[in-house]
Parts: sequence; C-alpha cells; structure tokens
Amino acid sequence: MLNLIAKTKDLYKYRVLIQSLVSRELKARYRGTILGFMWSFINPMLLLIIYTFVFGYIIPARWEMMQDSPSLYALFLFCGVLPWQVWFAPSILESSNVLLMQGNLIKKMLFPTEILPIVAVTSNFVHFLFGLPILLLFIPILGKPFTPFLLFLPLVILVQYVFTLGLALLVSALTVHFRDIKDILANLLTFWFFASPIIYPVMWERIQSHQIIKLMMDLNPMTHIMWGYQNCVFFGEMIRWKRLGVTFLVSLVLLFIGYYVFDKLRDSFPEEV
Amino acid sequence: MHAIEIENLTRIYQKYSSQHRFKTFKSALLKGDLFRSLRPDELVNALDDVSFAIETGSTFGVIGENGSGKSTLLKVVAGIAKPTSGRVEVRGKVAALIELGAGFHPEITGRENIFINGIMLGLTKKQIQDRYDDIVRFAELEEFIDAPVKTYSSGMYMRLGFSIAINVNPDVLLVDEVLAVGDASFVPKCLDRIDDFRRRKKTILFVSHDLSTVEKICDRVAWLKHGRVQTIGESRRVIDAYLQDVTEKAEDAFEQRQHEIEQEEHFEEAEERRENRWGKREIEIKKVRMKGLGGKEKHVFSPDEGMVIEMEVEAYSRIRDFVFGIGIFNAQGILVYGTNTLLEEYDAVEAQGKGKVSCRLERMNLVNGTYYLDVAIHKRDGYPYDYHRSLYSFLVSSRLKDGGIFRPDHTWEFSENFRLKPPERRDT
Repeated sequence: MLNLIAKTKDLYKYRVLIQSLVSRELKARYRGTILGFMWSFINPMLLLIIYTFVFGYIIPARWEMMQDSPSLYALFLFCGVLPWQVWFAPSILESSNVLLMQGNLIKKMLFPTEILPIVAVTSNFVHFLFGLPILLLFIPILGKPFTPFLLFLPLVILVQYVFTLGLALLVSALTVHFRDIKDILANLLTFWFFASPIIYPVMWERIQSHQIIKLMMDLNPMTHIMWGYQNCVFFGEMIRWKRLGVTFLVSLVLLFIGYYVFDKLRDSFPEEV
Repeated sequence: MHAIEIENLTRIYQKYSSQHRFKTFKSALLKGDLFRSLRPDELVNALDDVSFAIETGSTFGVIGENGSGKSTLLKVVAGIAKPTSGRVEVRGKVAALIELGAGFHPEITGRENIFINGIMLGLTKKQIQDRYDDIVRFAELEEFIDAPVKTYSSGMYMRLGFSIAINVNPDVLLVDEVLAVGDASFVPKCLDRIDDFRRRKKTILFVSHDLSTVEKICDRVAWLKHGRVQTIGESRRVIDAYLQDVTEKAEDAFEQRQHEIEQEEHFEEAEERRENRWGKREIEIKKVRMKGLGGKEKHVFSPDEGMVIEMEVEAYSRIRDFVFGIGIFNAQGILVYGTNTLLEEYDAVEAQGKGKVSCRLERMNLVNGTYYLDVAIHKRDGYPYDYHRSLYSFLVSSRLKDGGIFRPDHTWEFSENFRLKPPERRDT
C-alpha cells in the first residue's frame, strides 16, 4: 500500500511526460489528414447521425416518451454513446495492446510503465472532451432545455475516469501474459455495451420488473455512470448520489487492484513483450 | 569514490512456453490462481554473481560474445531490468544509450520527438528548449527537423537519437553498441563527444563488440562469458585474453566443420569431392596439413603469422617429370598467391616412394577472411598427376580491419609537426 503511494508520487514527477505523450497521441492520430483536429468533432457527430438514423427512424424506440420525437431519442443515445464509444471502449482496447505495441520502449527506456495505459485512457478522454461540445450543442437543437444539473457532469466524468483507469491498468498488465484477452475484450465490450443502459433507459419497466436483469443492471458500474450522464444532460435530474457514490468507491477499489496487479507484474514486462 | 557499484549481481530470465501459457490461462480462469500460475518453465541465467565497481570519472568497457550478458548488465545498471539478487548502486544522473531513438513516434516531427524523448530521458521542457539548437545542429538535421520522423533514413534517426541522449548531460553514461549503425562521418563525431565526456570526468560504461574502440577509450575492461566475469582489469590485457579465447574457439569450430565435411564425404559427397580432385595419381598427394611455423597443426592464423603447407606424397613408380604447386584463393575466388617449383626454377630430378613436401610461408600478410588452398603435382607441360582444387581452407583473423587482399609489411612515418599517437604494438 505504502509502496503504491510512493509510486503514485513518483508518477506525479512524470506528469510532463504524460502530458507530452497524450498530445503526441492526439497529434499523431490526425497527422496527415486534411481535416486534422476537426475529426475529433466530426467523428462523434457522424456517430450521432448514424444512431439517430438507425434507432430513430429504422427501428423506432418503443418508449412512449420518444415515440413522437426520434431526434430526442438521438440525444438520449448520445449521452451514453459518447462516453462509451469515444472514451471507454477505445481506452480499454488500446490499453490491452499498449504494452505490447510499445515493447521497444519498455525494453529500452527507463520510465514508469503505467504511464502507457494512463496515456491511452487520457488521450481518449481528450477526444471525449472534444465531443462534449457537440453533445451540449445538440441539447437545445434537439429540443431539451439546459438545466443546472449539467454542473454535476464533471463528477460523473471523474467516476468514469477512475473506473476506466483501474480497468485499463488491470487489462494492460494481464494482456502481456494472456494475449487472448485482447480478442476476448473486443467481444466483451460489445456485450457490455448492450448490457448497459445506453440504447435503453435503466428505468424501463421491462428491466425494473425482471428481478435478475435488474440485479445485473445494478451490479454493473457502467450502469450508474451512464445513468449519471443521462441524468445530467437528458433528464435534467439530480444524479443518484448513493449509486454514483458506491460506484466511485468500487472504481477506487478497482483502481487499487489494477495498480496492484500492474505493479506485481511490472518486472516481467520487459521480458514478455 | 565509485560511480557504479555492483555486488553479487544475478539476473535470471524466465521463459514461458506457449503451451504453458495456454494451461495457465485456463487454470487462471478456472481457479483464479493467477500469480501462482505465472511461474516460468525455464530459467536462463543471464548474469551470474557479477561484482565490480567503477571509479567515478573512468571509462569502463564490457566485452564478450553475443549472449554473454553484456546488454542485460547495462539494462540492470540503467534500472530497466531488475536484479534477481544482488545489489546495484549508481551515483548520479544516468542516461542509457541502449537503442537510439527507441521512443520516437514515426508520425510526428523530429522537433516534437526531441521534446518527448528528452522528457523521457529526464530533462525538463525548459532544459530541452535551451539545448534544442545544439541537439539539432549536432544531429545535422536542420532541414528535416519539421518533417515526420518516419521520413528519416536510419542514419538520421540514429543521429537524432544520439544527439538527444548526449545532450541530457548525465553523470553516468551507459552506451550499448549504439555506434555500430552510424554512418562513417557521424561515428567519429560521437566518439568525440564521448571523449569530451571523459575529459569532463564523467563515468562511462561502454558495451561493444568493437574491440579497437574499447581499447582506445576504456580505462578498464570486464570480459563477460556466459554471464560471469571472466577477467577484469587493464584494457589491453583483458582484450588480449578475450581474443585468445575467441581464436581458440574459431579453431575448434573450424576443426569441427572440417571433421563434419570429412564425415559426410565418406558417405554422400565423395562424388562431389572427386570433381575437385583430378589426375591419374601416378604421384598421389595423400594428405595435406596446415601448420604454424612451430609445427602445430592449425587453421586460424593471424596476418603476421607464418604457415607451413605440408603434403604427404607417394610416387608409385620412378618419375622424372614433376612439379609441386600451391595456390591460395580468397573467398571471392581470386587467386591471392600461386607458385610452383617449376616457376621458381627448381629442376625435377627424380621421385619415388613415400615422402613429404613442405612449403613454408614465413608471413601470411593476408587480410581478414577465409582462404582456400589448392595443391597439385603435375608435369612440366601441365598434365596433372594429382590436383586438389580448394579442398582445404583456413582462416585469417585480425584485430585490424584493413582492406584489400594482401597486406604488405609496412610502417608509417610522420614529420614532427604531424603528431600521432602510435598504437601500442602487440604480438599476436
């Protein structure tokens, strides 16, 4: 425990490196494209359009509240799709690969290896931040008012950051030894996406009336995070303090476990990647 | 005062087989015993009880064959690999030139890479800013610094990497074989910088295969063999001991190969061998030996050594017209030297029965490489009795890398205003 705290302090010294690596990731991603950074806005925008089209018009929502307004459903969808597809899923997928991809770096240079998954999570977080104005912009366009509950958005983001980071550390360390995880993850994330209340609201009767499904929903940390976004942006309601608070604690525990496992396996990385 | 202290350092590498990995993945999933199942199948002792200390301000070389643990040693000193047991202590800021430009990202520019690489090596942004011009100038990349690194040639890549690392200005510099890839004009520049470091009393740990460089710049040298320190001490003595060992090994390997060839020939390749040997063998060359001037049979020679080519010959009848000849060819098939008794105006009188014929070369005067030997007995008009075409080979191994096919004995002289430090003469 003390060891980990010391390591975290050490990490603070490397914040400039994290910062530079994140900006390198962002620069490198769009280097050579004509639209450059615009892609950070265009990508979520296109995502929004696709979801609106498919779930608004082709498969209309079976949800009374949305029945007459497909565009409203798009806004609801986007509350969950943006943090999931732009931030969470790519962070985890990249983390599962990052130590293997940067093997040369791990073998040849001296720096805290955990920086690599941290950079993966953080650079995708920045992409998410770029997409956020699109989401906020579409609130009035799609016919919803701004509410003061938007101010709680940073809290939800914090919870997701801690949760994502914990999982990213765990996944990146384990993938070095069990490379199958990389392939399992791709499928697992799709399943997880549909198992979380993103394309449907958690309060839907079908979920609430089914004991087991309800339990599964409640046990899924991403449920509460996604719900948090929807409360802040879409419903304009107070976030569920207790649920989000517990999720935050769970995320902290996961972060601790993730860092612990990472630290335990750290010395084996240079040989295994 | 010691800049680096290493005590009883042991580093064991763990190898996991893929089959094992599959098993553990299953068991890890089923039983959840992740850490227990991560046990390796095989242990490799990369460093075995290594101890030495390096004086602050000295340059220390590490030599040894591939896989002897040199790079592992450097990585442990750099902190990239952890010692399995033992103690490593380094005083001062360390920079490791293990692989130049290891952290470069191909898609972003040289400028951006300088900053990121510099930060990774422990500089602050401010420090990099101050040294930026020096770095670019030293790397000779002024024109290309704003192009993505993926467009660089490997030489440019290496120059930039070296330039950043050397500008970190560490107290302890670790250098691993990085100069091997540099272009001809840049390597001396790098060596200059390293020299500069030495003058400023910084500590350098230098790992290389390039023995002449090691000898030139290192105060002391350790020779690693199979992860153990074989010898440690004054550069020339250690390098000599190492060279001795390498030569002996080459001799062994050569004999082994020779032996294998003979074995094969008995079964399959007798046919092929016959193609390289012709003549009716009225006089037969029954055996050919290569010996040192001392009379010991050997196949690896140094350039200033001599060689005796000894043929066992048997004439089955009384023969009056015969010429003994030899020819030495290099690996490209170029005749390096050829002569025979006729050309040297020996007059054949009579040959009968068994006997020996030797040709004594006082000095090889050849450059590094593999050479093939022809031996023959023929008539004055060229009719062959027994001709052996490239059936024998030997190796010339030299510490110097001079070129060409022949090394005339030579010396250098300079008038007094051109001052050079002569190499310390050695006799190998």
